[in-house]
Amino acid sequence: MARAADVISVKGLRKEYGTPRGTVLALDRIDFTVGEGEFVAIVGPSGCGKSTLLKILAGLLPATGGEVRLRSVSITGPRRDIGVVFQSPVLFPWRTVLDNVLLPVDVQRLGREDNRSRALDLLALVGLHGFEHRYPWELSGGMQQRVAITRGLIHNPAMLLMDEPFGALDAMTREGLNLELQRIWLERRETVVFITHSITEAVFLADRVLIMTPRPGHIAEEVPVAIPRPRALDVMAAPEFGGIVRRIRAHFSSKGGIEA
Amino acid sequence: MTGLRNPALRVALLVASLAVWEAAVRALRIPAFILPPPSQVGAALYRGAVSGIYLEHLWITLAETLLGFALGSAVAFVVGTALAVSRRTEYFLYPFIVMFQSMPKVALAPLVVIWFGLGLTSKVISAALIAFFPLLVNTVVGLRSADEDRVDLMRSLAASELQIFRMLRLPSALPFIMAGLEVAMVFSLVGAIVAEFVGAEAGLGMLIQSRNFSMDVAGEFAILFILAVMGLLLNTALVSVRRRVLFWDPSQKSAANAASLKGGL
Repeated sequence: MARAADVISVKGLRKEYGTPRGTVLALDRIDFTVGEGEFVAIVGPSGCGKSTLLKILAGLLPATGGEVRLRSVSITGPRRDIGVVFQSPVLFPWRTVLDNVLLPVDVQRLGREDNRSRALDLLALVGLHGFEHRYPWELSGGMQQRVAITRGLIHNPAMLLMDEPFGALDAMTREGLNLELQRIWLERRETVVFITHSITEAVFLADRVLIMTPRPGHIAEEVPVAIPRPRALDVMAAPEFGGIVRRIRAHFSSKGGIEA
Repeated sequence: MTGLRNPALRVALLVASLAVWEAAVRALRIPAFILPPPSQVGAALYRGAVSGIYLEHLWITLAETLLGFALGSAVAFVVGTALAVSRRTEYFLYPFIVMFQSMPKVALAPLVVIWFGLGLTSKVISAALIAFFPLLVNTVVGLRSADEDRVDLMRSLAASELQIFRMLRLPSALPFIMAGLEVAMVFSLVGAIVAEFVGAEAGLGMLIQSRNFSMDVAGEFAILFILAVMGLLLNTALVSVRRRVLFWDPSQKSAANAASLKGGL
């Protein structure tokens, strides 16, 4: 199953939480791989264990069983070659936009001088040219999340993990950022694992959608999305798109709790 | 806006209240050793200023206050950091801190004067003791206030604990620490004056007591006025430092950051 080109391979992953009332099984028998340059979305309702899975992939939580390999090295703790974008931008208000983007460079001592121009290029790529010396609180929510994406890319990670990055934004900003993310991805071809509870967002962005069902969190099905890129927003009205969305929603319709 | 902010009206109100004070004291024939009229306080202030006696004692009290503030704050910051970083330290130090915190620190002033003498040292120690708690509490609360998502972000970058402290926890604690420093500054002045009351060779607190013995109440009022101005200027200095350091803090203007003013006097 694990090919050489796989960036991520997850096998038999299991996570239990100890609570005062006994152990709770959060994730069970999770198996999937993500290829080099592939955009994979994981979609599921709130509380299905998506964020737990992401924290394990980021090395922030230990797994109870099974294994996760990044470029065939087992993930046992935080690594320097993973970029994470959280639901909120998580920017430091005392740092300028540029200094926020350079945070991974500072932490990993990669050399500010070498990365400054890269950071400015990346900021231009996400449409923030001229904002590098502003502070986060001077920017809108959507702009802040673009800064967070830039920060996730600055240290050239092997994989970018995105945990509902647009979940806190209004619908219009969200669609705009989906287009933007696709454009950035087409230009850079990063390996992306994108977690969301929006089925349309997942289908619009991903090469492949993993459907996660709750209690315990489990990958129920993998759905390839063979819609050619670049995809425009009207692709959502296409019958092909609707068919994939329906196929995914069938997993949740009986349980509810998920956005179209 | 014009109705709310009117500097001329503000000054007029101040002058009017002084005039009422003056008139009331004269009309009711209140003896000057009970309540002197503002004109006598002004005269006492002028005499003392010209003779240089206030300035001489002011420098001493100012030095006591600033040294006590520096000592108390430095120790509070170090102990607070140790408590916030290590649960073990907290476990062993906590009983002492609770005991010490619930004690009125001014009650220690007589002991401090016996141990450290009538000179500068006992005043600095007394000021430091009282300034200690507000900053200790705020340092601990501040260092623990770092946002969990930000900690996760730092960890996901494989940051060391020292890097998380330096790049995240310390800046996050700054609003709390600055609020603690402001309280500590006012408290150190209290500590210095109280210790001067107990026993001193110089300082504005000692001067108040000697004026009191000689029933020079106008002189006492003059010194109280000087102390109020001094406290105000010290606080203003800290507020301007805070504005520079915490330019990024949204609650900076409201100064609502004081986590807790327990610590008391």
